[in-house]
Amino acid sequence: MTEATENRLSLRARLPGPIRRADPAVLTSFGCILLLLFLGSLYSSNFLSPEYLLQQLKVASFLGVIAAGMMLVILLGHIDLSVPWVMTMGAMMACAAAGFGSTVIAIPFGILCGMLFGLLNGFGVAYLRIPSMIVTLATNVVAQGLMVLYTGGFSPQDSAPQAMRWLATGYIIPGVPNAILVWASVSVAMVFLLTRTTFGRSVYGIGNSERAAYLSGINTRRIVMVAFAVSGALSAFGGVLLAGYASKAAQAMGDAYLLPSIAAVVLGGTSILGGRGSYLGTVAGVILITLLQSILSVMQMPEAGRQIVYGIVIIAMLLLYGRNPASR
Amino acid sequence: MSEWRYWLNEQRGTLIGLAIFVLMFAVYIANHPAGLTANVAQTAANKGVLLAFVAMAQAMVVITAGIDLSVGMILVLTNCLASWIVVGTPMQTTAGVLGVLLAGTICGAINGLLVIKGRLQPIVATIATGAVYFGLALLLRPFPGGAVNEDLADAVTGRIFGIIPSSLVVMLVVVLLVWLPFRRSEIGRAAYAAGSAEAAAFMSGVPIRRAKLVAYTLAGLLAGVGGLFLTFFTYTGEAAYASGSGYTLWSIAAVVLGGVSLYGGRGSAVGAIFGAFAARTTGDMLFVFDVDPLWQPLLQGIVLLIAISIGAIGLLRVRNRLEWFR
Amino acid sequence: MTSTQSQSNAPLLRMEGIGKRYGGVRALDSASLVVESGRIHAILGENGAGKSTLIKIMAGVVAPDEGQMLLKDQAVSFRSPAEAAAAGIACVFQELSLIPDLSVADNISISNPPRRLGLIDRKAQRRLSEEALARAGAGDIHPRALVRDLPLSRRQLVEIAKALAWMPRILILDEATSALTASDVTKVFAVLKRLRAEGLAILYISHRMHEIAELADECTVFRNGRNVASYAAGTRSNSEVVEMMIGREVSSAFPPKPAARIHAAPVLSCKNLGWSDRLRDISLEVRPGEVVGLGGLDGQGQRELLLGLFGVLRGTSGTISIDGAARSITSPGAARAGTIGMALIPEDRKTEGLLLPMTVRENLSFAALDRLSRHGVIDRDRENASIEEMVRLLAIKTAGADTPVGALSGGNQQKVVIAKWLTRRPRILLLNDPTRGIDVGTKQEIYQLLRRLAEEGSAILFYSTDYDELIGCCDRVLVLYDGKIVKELAGGEITERALISSALNVQTEPEAAA
Repeated sequence: MTEATENRLSLRARLPGPIRRADPAVLTSFGCILLLLFLGSLYSSNFLSPEYLLQQLKVASFLGVIAAGMMLVILLGHIDLSVPWVMTMGAMMACAAAGFGSTVIAIPFGILCGMLFGLLNGFGVAYLRIPSMIVTLATNVVAQGLMVLYTGGFSPQDSAPQAMRWLATGYIIPGVPNAILVWASVSVAMVFLLTRTTFGRSVYGIGNSERAAYLSGINTRRIVMVAFAVSGALSAFGGVLLAGYASKAAQAMGDAYLLPSIAAVVLGGTSILGGRGSYLGTVAGVILITLLQSILSVMQMPEAGRQIVYGIVIIAMLLLYGRNPASR
Repeated sequence: MSEWRYWLNEQRGTLIGLAIFVLMFAVYIANHPAGLTANVAQTAANKGVLLAFVAMAQAMVVITAGIDLSVGMILVLTNCLASWIVVGTPMQTTAGVLGVLLAGTICGAINGLLVIKGRLQPIVATIATGAVYFGLALLLRPFPGGAVNEDLADAVTGRIFGIIPSSLVVMLVVVLLVWLPFRRSEIGRAAYAAGSAEAAAFMSGVPIRRAKLVAYTLAGLLAGVGGLFLTFFTYTGEAAYASGSGYTLWSIAAVVLGGVSLYGGRGSAVGAIFGAFAARTTGDMLFVFDVDPLWQPLLQGIVLLIAISIGAIGLLRVRNRLEWFR
Repeated sequence: MTSTQSQSNAPLLRMEGIGKRYGGVRALDSASLVVESGRIHAILGENGAGKSTLIKIMAGVVAPDEGQMLLKDQAVSFRSPAEAAAAGIACVFQELSLIPDLSVADNISISNPPRRLGLIDRKAQRRLSEEALARAGAGDIHPRALVRDLPLSRRQLVEIAKALAWMPRILILDEATSALTASDVTKVFAVLKRLRAEGLAILYISHRMHEIAELADECTVFRNGRNVASYAAGTRSNSEVVEMMIGREVSSAFPPKPAARIHAAPVLSCKNLGWSDRLRDISLEVRPGEVVGLGGLDGQGQRELLLGLFGVLRGTSGTISIDGAARSITSPGAARAGTIGMALIPEDRKTEGLLLPMTVRENLSFAALDRLSRHGVIDRDRENASIEEMVRLLAIKTAGADTPVGALSGGNQQKVVIAKWLTRRPRILLLNDPTRGIDVGTKQEIYQLLRRLAEEGSAILFYSTDYDELIGCCDRVLVLYDGKIVKELAGGEITERALISSALNVQTEPEAAA
């Protein structure tokens, strides 16, 4: 056991830098993407057309923005279960702000609402030391309660303003939907944050041992709170984009995003226990899950079958590379 | 005298759960227009028992420092299955009940195998199996429907001697048959040991892996009992995603209210039962205070938020800041 | 149960030609050992000398690659700790193997509980554990108490009781006294001597020479995976033993101390510092260039004092002054900041000092990220330069800056912990038993480093559980007892006799004192 690990270490040490540093999980998930595309192209040649691929990237960008925030929280060794209703709230509040006539602040206002809930999560986790699973569960119920109260339980009346639709479906660069550009900018920011800043280092450090990080003089509670705030803001931003895409917010629009966002992060090789993982892997995980969902729906599989295949594929991939090291 | 102290210390979590429940139930009854009648008790028991089974299931797994995010979906799946097979003659019904329990057990065993043999993290593994179980439920019941043996259903949701809610009796029997033997056995102690200090337990030659597998499997069985009860209350089977994920989420809340530590090793399924009843009483409370139903989810969320924050008061007593980090 | 078959002359346990490799590293190389009933056998050796591996083989934790093990002339091999225990070999490991959330009784009979009707028989279990606790000299521990509510030293006694519950013929104690207070050590020694009289064979691994001198009948020294010498206890001097262990002459284990006393103004001082009932009325001063030791029995408030100075404890009373001005330090972040410049080398390097899965680079710059970055963005050139400097300064043996720090040896890991703080160039360095579990070579490097840092003007407050270190390294030693400073020793007053008598807080007339 130890022998195998050491051999692998020494073997990897001899490889050139970029390959050596590449996480095997990331490589595997990109491999799986190619495999899915190949299988899809056997079914229909459309799968390799640029239009289809761009369309998939556009759909993936909503999940991608949310998964970026989720990854930050998972790297800390926590989890954010408040994604569904924080996302819905972001969408509804943005539309509501637009309904009050101020299109300019619509998007920032939606994101701000998400950030406030993220701060609440972060406060509970970092300062009250409540397990994140519980805090975010409770704030999800609170966010839901607020939105039910606001809408009276019906579909909200306000439709998404032009700016939101443009952000999700418009084009700055011909042929490339703006949503993809948004996701790309969020991704660049995340990579920079995680690899080049003290904040990113601290996030990894806290994920490995918050005690050691604290004794190193890091203000761990502030870092945790900020990370949750970023996660909340990105969830809400994802909701804003989705509402722009669908031209309105809807009840429970976020329910379908919680599990995929966790799955995307984990399939991308990030440890659910925190401290390990690369952002590139999360991007791979997001594309992988989007492609899988797309292929299942193109094949016109009924919902039941889709759920089953979806679950089995995730399990299979995790068994392939998401396993814990064998204990002793 | 000092024996008492040690017992209190051992049962602290469970007793806190009991205290929370008693307090909330007292407020509820005091404000209920009818007071504590047999009818009120029966309704409260029936609603509470349903969540209690799922919470017990969750507690089993949480004690090993794991988590099962598929319990709600196992409940939905067994509900759909029961709406097909728990019908007909007493013999057929019995076979049906056993079949449903077996299905729940198998689901739990699959979770356990993935976590132990497959070495997957419980959070992700059970999210994925939850999707599979929900898909199977949808296959069984694309639309709500089906039936159940109504004699049996009325018997277990009714009253014994006109006062005692029979669902409580059934729950007591399950506790006596499943939980107590587990707790008193070597396997049960190994489950606690695995949750409390896995490496130390391994060094001591404790059967950690077997214990975890048993815990996940029994969790499946208990969620199956929950699914059976859901069918007895509703007389139908329905593959509702929101209901499944709702039960999963509230099972975690119930476990925490019942004094089970999410870090593993502490608490008991009995505490989780009290937690479940306390959580249910929150919802009923809004009813007796005549709150607009639109406010209900918000108030429930706020009560939950306050309840879990109470535990944070202990932080004020922490004088060594390193104790923040475990 | 202890079957002493005195008719046979074969030793209780004989190990011959034992070899074990971990990957490319040879941990044991044709090692042999003979264990006799009714004897206490001490095993000595540097870290990595093969002691731990030998014990693990005996206790069934790992299997040997070659060689044989004879129990009363019967060849045996164990596939698990339980098999070894059933054959009469029980081990008290260095890392505690207790389950904190279970009761003492549960823990004692965890792997082999008495059963009734398939379930655990609690009454029988309670009886068994009471007997085992009494045998371990810990009859005052209640069997129903939860282990997590017991202090560390009591847990160690439960651990011994747990091993005794197996009714072993051979009892192995691996650094079992390292967490005990002196009074508990005395108790444990009495227990061990009684067990020896009962005919048990006891294998005792310790780094504390005075313990071995008091306890052992015979000693075996290990070096580089072999047993290099066996001798009857008391026939070799400490320096001879140390020489056998490291295989080279220790010319000067400790760097020379400066002759003159330092008269600069204290950089760190505290007055009437109190916390809970663990620290009482502590006043001290540390000057630049000074190495001040904290002595006393383990657990007398030394750790709390260091944590309190470093801003970790809440609700401390009294004042802490830096450069003569009172400061309120409420977090490690505040303590390390520029105008204070404090650093703490924590007690447990694996959970408090290092981020084990992260790289040497990330660990080395972790405590100084603010210094190595501009507006929150890490300056890679500055980071690389500082890492190179630290790896060179402390001679950290690593394959490269991107090696996970968990892959380094214990000594090198400890160097990383120290280096990560030296990156900040701290003015005040607090050390919490920094040489615990570290090989002799690295220890000496650390001593020299401390002296060099002091010469460069750092103020050093140094807690050690090893009296030799306090004597060899420190200019002054403050001895704590029950949260109070009971004695200050300086220069030539720092002798083992003075340290021990003041640690026990007994009044003996010191011969050297004026």
